[in-house]
Amino acid sequence: MTENMMEIRDVSKIYGPLRALKNISLDVPPGQWLAVMGSSGSGKTTLMNIMGCLDTPSLGEVTLDGVRLAKLSPGELTAIRREAIGLIFQQFHLIGYLTALENVMVAQFYHSMVDEAEAFDALKKVGLGDRAKHLPRQLSGGEQQRVCIARALINHPKLILADEPTGNLDETNEGTVMEILHDLHDAGSTIVLVTHAPEVASHAERIIVLEHGRLVSDNAGKNGPPPADPAKSPGAAPANEAVGEASDDGAAIGDDAAVKAANAASDPGGLNPTK
Amino acid sequence: MLFSSLLRRRSRLLVALFGIAIGATVLLGLVTLCYDIPRQLRDEFRSYGANLVFVKSGGTGRMTMGELERARAMLPPEELVGFAPFRYESVRNNMLPYTAAGTDFEAVKKTSPYWRVEGRMPERGEILLGADAAEATGLVPGSAMALDGRNEKQERYEKEFVVSGTVATGGAEDGFLFVNLPDMEEMTGEPDRADLAEASLSADAEKLNFLSRAVKNALPGVDPKPVARVTRSEETVMTKLTSLVYLVTLVVLLLTMICVATTMMTVVLERRREIGLKKALGADNKRVAKEFLAEGLVLGIFGGLLGSFLGLLFSRMVSVSVFGRALAPEPALIPLTVAVSALVTVIACLVPVRRAVDVEPALVLRGE
Repeated sequence: MTENMMEIRDVSKIYGPLRALKNISLDVPPGQWLAVMGSSGSGKTTLMNIMGCLDTPSLGEVTLDGVRLAKLSPGELTAIRREAIGLIFQQFHLIGYLTALENVMVAQFYHSMVDEAEAFDALKKVGLGDRAKHLPRQLSGGEQQRVCIARALINHPKLILADEPTGNLDETNEGTVMEILHDLHDAGSTIVLVTHAPEVASHAERIIVLEHGRLVSDNAGKNGPPPADPAKSPGAAPANEAVGEASDDGAAIGDDAAVKAANAASDPGGLNPTK
Repeated sequence: MLFSSLLRRRSRLLVALFGIAIGATVLLGLVTLCYDIPRQLRDEFRSYGANLVFVKSGGTGRMTMGELERARAMLPPEELVGFAPFRYESVRNNMLPYTAAGTDFEAVKKTSPYWRVEGRMPERGEILLGADAAEATGLVPGSAMALDGRNEKQERYEKEFVVSGTVATGGAEDGFLFVNLPDMEEMTGEPDRADLAEASLSADAEKLNFLSRAVKNALPGVDPKPVARVTRSEETVMTKLTSLVYLVTLVVLLLTMICVATTMMTVVLERRREIGLKKALGADNKRVAKEFLAEGLVLGIFGGLLGSFLGLLFSRMVSVSVFGRALAPEPALIPLTVAVSALVTVIACLVPVRRAVDVEPALVLRGE
């Protein structure tokens, strides 16, 4: 068995009375482009925090590139984050008083040492060679997101985590950003894309769906469009938004239908999404 | 990057910068005045008269002028405002006894600036009457006055003087008659002797005590005595003034610290997301703390420099308007002010930095 980039075993995350994640198990092989779907409150952000070494699971075991994360101190987690993770945010999170180039250099600064030429190359790769000296407020949303991507890639991370990278973008910019992700995937990067938009998720080669902290669908091993492509049932996502995290059993009907469809078609091996 | 980061976030940090600058201004201004006030006031205090007198050891007899000259030479010239010898003699005028004092009037002008003279100070052959003596004799400037008495050899002498003026001293000297020392020596036939010498020094009590001990040890015939009444009131005023100034300075420094701390706290709150981002990008707590402290340090240094400049202006203005003369700036105080400003700023940043370090990196993913 080839070594996985990330292995998640029986992970639960408990915030007081709330179980944000319930016994999640998941393997991500190197080079895979994985989309994590789910409504707000489904636990996908929590899962991403754990995958991105921003948080630790309450129970269970996470291994990133052979390193077990559960036993690490916050300082050691920071070091792993610095070395191995590239983060792309919905809100871009550029530092407002630094230029595009400096924003990329910030990541170099915390990683090792700044290299302006390398940072500039990274901006050129995302098509922003001529915008390097601009401040974030002088850039469009799509340009800001590309700066964010350049920053995420500058230290050659093992795992790229993209949290709703197109959530704040229009269609054209969404297309540009997805193209860049495709290029990264083609170049062999491991990508975890968190989104609630089915058309965004459909770019990935594997889609998992979280619901109320449980993994309810995984099309691992299948290529092509995901079986429970929620694009075909557009009511699903809004219904989920409405329900939020009201209760464990209060899932919307449309949502349930999508889950059942997903279960029926997905690989039954190992993952049991029953409630 | 630190500097450009500071430059592009002008508005918020300007508040802190000015807070520090004002603190430093007051700090340097007041401390400079503190340095200078004693000097200024000591000069003012010198108008209250002599603060060190010399008499013959043992309380009887007279000092020689040679002894006095040596005593005078032991006093630091830059602090010596005046040094006046006095020779007293009992004389009679119209059968009435008076005390006549021979002295150097140029020196008396310096040691006793409070003398209020009507007419003028006497030349050779002239006499200055104390206010009470003038009243008793009924003499006015221009009148002739004959003094008689017995000299050292118990021979009778008589000498005519012309009254040059009268003097009000507010003390026992108002009953005295004052002549020039050579005239006195001529009458008594005993040159180079003095009963008393008054010195006015712009030195504090400690220095005066030190000087009088030194003179006493070197010259056994001379007994120096600091004038406790003058020196003590000087010291009391000075101590109260300086402690007041230091208290104000301390309060201002505290206020500066609070200003910087609240500003930095706001900065930390405003930049929570940025801090979270930096942590998500791999900045550890040490790094985050260092960045904030470095910012505080830069702020403190620049605020301190700005404040030093303003503080010099401030103290100069106060000195000119209150004491009527410009003061000499103390260059050593500038680096001290900058260092204190930097220290105060860094201390003020400690609590905000703690807050910054506590920011969770995960907040960047929550779409806040």
